[in-house]
Amino acid sequence: MYHLENSQQGEKYNTIFSKTTPAQRRRRNARSRWRSRALLGLYLFLMILPIYWLINMSLQTNSEILGSMTLWPQNLTFDNYIGIFTNSSWYMGYVNSMLYVAMNMFITICVALPAAYAFSRYRFIGDKHLFFWLLTNLMAPPAVFLLPYFQLYYSVGLFDTHIAVALAHCLFNIPLAIWILEGFMSSVPKEIDETAYIDGYSFPRFFIKIFIPMIRSGIGVTLFFLFMFSWVELLLARTLTATSAQPIGMIMTRTSTASGIDWGTLAAAGVLTIVPGILVVYFVRNHIAKGFALGRT
Amino acid sequence: MNNKVQNNRAWLLVLPMLVLVAFSALIPLMTVVNYSVQDVLGPNARFFTGTEWFESILNDSALRAAFVRQILFSLTILAIQVPLGIGIALIMPKRGWQASAVLILITLPLLIPWNVVGSIWQIFTRGDIGLMGWGLREIGINYNITRNAGDAWATIILMDVWHWTPLVAMLCYSGLRSIPEAYYQAARIDRASKWAVFRYIQLPKLTNVLVIAVLLRFMHSFMIYAEPFVLTGGGPGSSTTFLSQSLATMAIGQQDLGPSAAFSIIYFLVILLVSWVFYTTIMHMQKDKNPHGGA
Repeated sequence: MYHLENSQQGEKYNTIFSKTTPAQRRRRNARSRWRSRALLGLYLFLMILPIYWLINMSLQTNSEILGSMTLWPQNLTFDNYIGIFTNSSWYMGYVNSMLYVAMNMFITICVALPAAYAFSRYRFIGDKHLFFWLLTNLMAPPAVFLLPYFQLYYSVGLFDTHIAVALAHCLFNIPLAIWILEGFMSSVPKEIDETAYIDGYSFPRFFIKIFIPMIRSGIGVTLFFLFMFSWVELLLARTLTATSAQPIGMIMTRTSTASGIDWGTLAAAGVLTIVPGILVVYFVRNHIAKGFALGRT
Repeated sequence: MNNKVQNNRAWLLVLPMLVLVAFSALIPLMTVVNYSVQDVLGPNARFFTGTEWFESILNDSALRAAFVRQILFSLTILAIQVPLGIGIALIMPKRGWQASAVLILITLPLLIPWNVVGSIWQIFTRGDIGLMGWGLREIGINYNITRNAGDAWATIILMDVWHWTPLVAMLCYSGLRSIPEAYYQAARIDRASKWAVFRYIQLPKLTNVLVIAVLLRFMHSFMIYAEPFVLTGGGPGSSTTFLSQSLATMAIGQQDLGPSAAFSIIYFLVILLVSWVFYTTIMHMQKDKNPHGGA
């Protein structure tokens, strides 16, 4: 089950020591493989179900949604999506979200790369305490920072700008990025640094020309996580914006009006918030498992 | 990890990060501390109150109930998500296009904005238009999350399991993939049972990632806000009001600066304390087993 190329060898040992014949064993392996496939399929099916329902609703008109129970759209309509893409107050929400996420990713990776390098290569006064303090920021509930953030950004005149949200998300994204990058960097042998310095590379040149290309996949995975956490967080983003930088998640609440909830549009907007995530995860699919382990396996 | 060079100039590399994090973490935190010991009545009227706010928060029975609820919630989802995540990681395909497809599908719930997760489940569980709510009603179960506290609880836990089990599964999956093939071959030669392979090869390899998984899941579940807020709004009554929501109501809704600041500090310290105790305990256990090992 774990591999194919070695099964011949395993078979040999099994025939020497085992009472069961190879045929029986193969049959048993095949059966257990089918059982695990079936279980996995069941899990994936249950997992997809709520998302399927959202997509299903986004392709229906409101009268069909509220009318009878249908497992798939009877009269397929794309009106909900067209409505979103033709109304600037709707699609600007996506632009706003993308903008602050991109800003946050850029700022975070720029300051996290050198810092992670310092943590993975050097001992310096207070390094352990600093690292622990960084991680405590991951544990700070965003709700704790709501009010002070509002006051801070209001007083420096950044309220309702994209950069305010980007900076606020640095609170948890910088520690996370340093944590992940440090794991990836520590798996690069130290000898590479030393050889480069002996060859006369200066630190910045070595860092940009040699070291960063070596941890490319680690940086990709880190960017994925920065995207993910900045994209899904809305409590801070909502508090720090009013109209001109409002994220899509906040605009979605507009669908509930006095005349009831516009279910179709709500569902379509929800589906559209999932799409960027799928695109991004597709690019890092080969490294993503290691990234989830923060580079430490 | 152990052959690091002593070099205090490394501080220069850390400095830009430090400035940024200090701006987004230290200044707000100082504001919170400042508020927690004062009574602000107006721009020029503030009084030092000492520990008065802290005492009133610790004696608040509604907050105590929210705290107990929060602990219950975190323990429940950990008890479900960790075994389930390990199980899924064990049956995930290891290579080929199926591995990529399953990976992408599994991470899907993690990439959905948190309030959209709430919306998805709100729609999904509605009795009139939601598949699950409608289905349960059709088979004769009286299911209503706006009236029945038990239903609301079950739905929130189901939602969180749906939302976050993928994280545990992905962590375990990467842990499993780092096990060298030779280990499995040795086990086959010894004719080890599946359980023995899991107990003595796979589980020890998973310890590191499981520590990360439990820590992350505990922290996130303890801060949960948007999903239950959208799904149940904390109701029925206050049966699903967790700590974050109590805090947000107090700070933004009622503008009680002093008490909410004191509450923030206690809240933060509880998360810190639990994470720290958990982390050091695990690290000590590992050190006893393996004197050269570490995280």
